[in-house]
Amino acid sequence: MMHELRIRVGPAAFRIGSAWRAPVAALERLYAAYPTPSYCDYTVRLEPARPWRRWLRPSVMISGDYMLPDAAPLPLVQGLLAAEMGMNLQMALGWRRHLLLHAGAAEKDGRALVMTGMSGSGKSTMAALLGESGWRFLSDEFALLGLEDGAVHPFPRLVSLKNEGIEALEQRVGHQRLGPRLRGTPKGDIRHLVPSHDAIQRMDEAALPRLILFPRFGEARAIRTVPPSELFMRLTQASTNYVALGEAGFAALTRFCETVPARAIDYRRGEEGLELIDQLWAQFP
Amino acid sequence: MPHDPLYIRVPESELVWHPLDAVTLVYHRRSGQTHIVMEPVPQILSVMQDRAMDAPAIAARLAEDYELPQTDAAAIIGARLEELAALGLAERVSPGQADGAEGGP
Repeated sequence: MMHELRIRVGPAAFRIGSAWRAPVAALERLYAAYPTPSYCDYTVRLEPARPWRRWLRPSVMISGDYMLPDAAPLPLVQGLLAAEMGMNLQMALGWRRHLLLHAGAAEKDGRALVMTGMSGSGKSTMAALLGESGWRFLSDEFALLGLEDGAVHPFPRLVSLKNEGIEALEQRVGHQRLGPRLRGTPKGDIRHLVPSHDAIQRMDEAALPRLILFPRFGEARAIRTVPPSELFMRLTQASTNYVALGEAGFAALTRFCETVPARAIDYRRGEEGLELIDQLWAQFP
Repeated sequence: MPHDPLYIRVPESELVWHPLDAVTLVYHRRSGQTHIVMEPVPQILSVMQDRAMDAPAIAARLAEDYELPQTDAAAIIGARLEELAALGLAERVSPGQADGAEGGP
């Protein structure tokens, strides 16, 4: 690959190779504070869809150790998104060292809050808002649950802010922590946010889970208890590697469901969501 | 009169049990699958041990510890046994295969 960057995010180390300079330059700026690993778990490659497409209406194909054969190429201006998607894909399809939950997570008082739900439920925005409100941001996309220790291990990659989440965070952080606004991506407008200095510096510090929430943005305020059996069923669906981990995954997930209280919360605005989270957090010391 | 089918469950060493409020999770080591089951399935698997049994025999054994419906207990258990066989947690066996089989009254 012509242009290359190595970065470590929590326990996972990536090599990102690109036929173009621009996506690597964008990543270098946003990942400047992250450690450079000496070896890499995964390689992500950003390549032209056809040789001539490197120059002519350039479009980026994502490939790597793990690939989706029918993934559509993205325009080069969305190269940063392509790199992020490539890194997510490696984790979702390849990671075996933790039980991987599709969830956001943040830490306070030494304990972790996990938030999971459908895409668009607001968990990414909420994890980012918590990270700017006295919590330590752990992840907006994957909560890595330790198979031995049962702890949530940070994976503080760039936060992928979408649509309303972009404005909510633009009001709180400086422009040096934000990537370019990518318009008209398959997921709407996207802007990447660099997690706080503290979140990056402490990316190797895991925290035992205290509470799991199923947030739903845009609904009238409500709190519902999610029983352990429903939690188990929902989390097997929210995990990309539960089946692959076999009995170790079963043991980790049953322990989590038995020990971590779960609530579904509905809220209309980000502030209301933060308020509900503070209220529930105080109930589970 | 036709006999009720005999079933033998998979060996205990292949299963990991985990009760979780209203359901019981069963991890099947051989298939790597997790099954979510409810009463009376854990109780049925529990009385079967390593013997081939039919539904009336299981119903009679369960009736010693639980209050079962008077009329259709064996039919309910027979339906669950079919489901267990479909999941790979029990296997239908012929009387000739089942040494020491336990038939119903």
